[in-house]
Amino acid sequence: MENTIQLEELFDAKLERGEFIEPKDWMPEKYRKTLIRQISQHAHSEVIGMQPEGNWITRAPSLRRKAVLLAKVQDEGGHGLYLYSACETLGISRDEVIQQLQSGKAKYSSIFNYPTLTWADMGAIGWLVDGAAIMNQVMLQRTSYGPYSRAMVRICKEESFHQRQGYEIMCVLAKGSPEQKAMAQDALNRWWWPTLMMFGPKDAESSNSAESIKWKIKRETNDELRQKFVDRTVPQAEHLGLTVPDKDLKWNAERNSYDFGEIDWEEFWNVVQGNGPCNKVRIENHVRAHEEGKWVREAAAAYAAKKAKAAQVQVA
Amino acid sequence: MPAMSETSHTKALFEILLRLGDNSLVLGHRLSEWCSKGPILEEDLALANISLDCIGQARLLLTYAGETEGKGRSEDDLAYGRLSADYRNALLVEMPNGDFGVTIARQLYYTVFADLLYSALRQSTDAQLAGIAAKAHKEIQYHLRHCTEWTLRLGDGTEESNRRIQKGFDELWAYTGDLFATTEADTQLVQAGIIPDVAALQAAWKTQIENILSQATLTLPQGTWMQKGSRQGIHTEHLSYLLGEMQSLTRAYPGASW
Repeated sequence: MENTIQLEELFDAKLERGEFIEPKDWMPEKYRKTLIRQISQHAHSEVIGMQPEGNWITRAPSLRRKAVLLAKVQDEGGHGLYLYSACETLGISRDEVIQQLQSGKAKYSSIFNYPTLTWADMGAIGWLVDGAAIMNQVMLQRTSYGPYSRAMVRICKEESFHQRQGYEIMCVLAKGSPEQKAMAQDALNRWWWPTLMMFGPKDAESSNSAESIKWKIKRETNDELRQKFVDRTVPQAEHLGLTVPDKDLKWNAERNSYDFGEIDWEEFWNVVQGNGPCNKVRIENHVRAHEEGKWVREAAAAYAAKKAKAAQVQVA
Repeated sequence: MPAMSETSHTKALFEILLRLGDNSLVLGHRLSEWCSKGPILEEDLALANISLDCIGQARLLLTYAGETEGKGRSEDDLAYGRLSADYRNALLVEMPNGDFGVTIARQLYYTVFADLLYSALRQSTDAQLAGIAAKAHKEIQYHLRHCTEWTLRLGDGTEESNRRIQKGFDELWAYTGDLFATTEADTQLVQAGIIPDVAALQAAWKTQIENILSQATLTLPQGTWMQKGSRQGIHTEHLSYLLGEMQSLTRAYPGASW
């Protein structure tokens, strides 16, 4: 008992000095669990996020767009891989976290439970969804857990590239034919509110926030990040000549920030609980791919075992 | 060459560049259909990578085809503006993905062929084509390693994997002859040293496939009847669906830029 208290003091002191916690360091069990929950959720979000964007690869309207979108979706998969590895440093296997995703025990970002209905959604996702994700991820570069922080530094570089790409798609559409401009506005209408929901519940109602801030896993609160995002994004929408679908949105000179309307929290909680337009289909697709790939993974394992055995025989 | 050959040379080169570019484009498209459906995340990334290489090759080849034709058509005009009868890709690459075994079988058949072809194209007397081929050949060597390794794993893995990939090789066999089909355009360009004689690559291709299959404890299919027609624009039923999907947006908004 004495020992645990001492370890905890050391741990706290380390956080206080702004040092990273590394995989072999002692850490409170709750810190470990929180990180596993958060990192695996982040990894799953990257992987499930491949589906709504993958939906338009085969229909991308030019070869350059096709290549860029494919590269982007591939990056997301790569982020999923680093993050699964970061998770493994906390003592949980990739199989286990994938199992948690498929059983519904682990969540992923609710934003990917919304459908991608037009090409403009590829622009809106890059611009808004990746833009919101970056707010979080920039903060996470300074998160207290070393492997997570380092994964985030790599991921941020790619994400800001994705965000620019998305915005560029929107620029082209907004300057295009009336139909294309309408397509861009429609995408903004559908993605705006779900994007604001990405920052999570209000601070007063966020169960995990306070502790995560104390442990320096998170460095800014949900509401702070959400405000930052709105302040940065509204001028970009104006530049595009598009209208943000919020009648309460207005500049507040006193706060030097935008005031904005209330999120539909009933919708937020429903999507989190599985009632979004695509929750079922996203998980079903993941499970199907996993099951259809079982024989391939088994074959790879069997082949590797045969080769290892043959190599042993040779050595002997 | 005699005077008559200026236009006919241009036409021949255009036809061959379409053949090469369409092969890469259609295969790249098929591989991109695997996105988020791979048997393991690493493989999702690998297939996307190969697909990206193919689309990159297609862009260079189709751009060059458009320049050669001289009617101002861009890579996108050629990719999005032609229907299946004007596509010149081999039948093999338009075949549906099937299970992972079928995809790997298609990939091996094609990639061994592409390795031989692009290796020779690096020596093309057409400097632009030689340059494209040098870049493509580097990528193809990586693709070849990827599908060879999977053929070995699946062939010599489990009973089920052996059965599945053998089925892939068997079912696609009849579409392999068409890879080596030639037309008058080939004859002209072979004489000019621009392309190798594709038909002459078939023996080396078969030996190499046979070696890999035998190492993977698989059997080389024995059928002698081969489907044909791609060089004349006669495709399988699958291609028009693929193009219908690929071109849906550009056809819905004619003239728009993206």
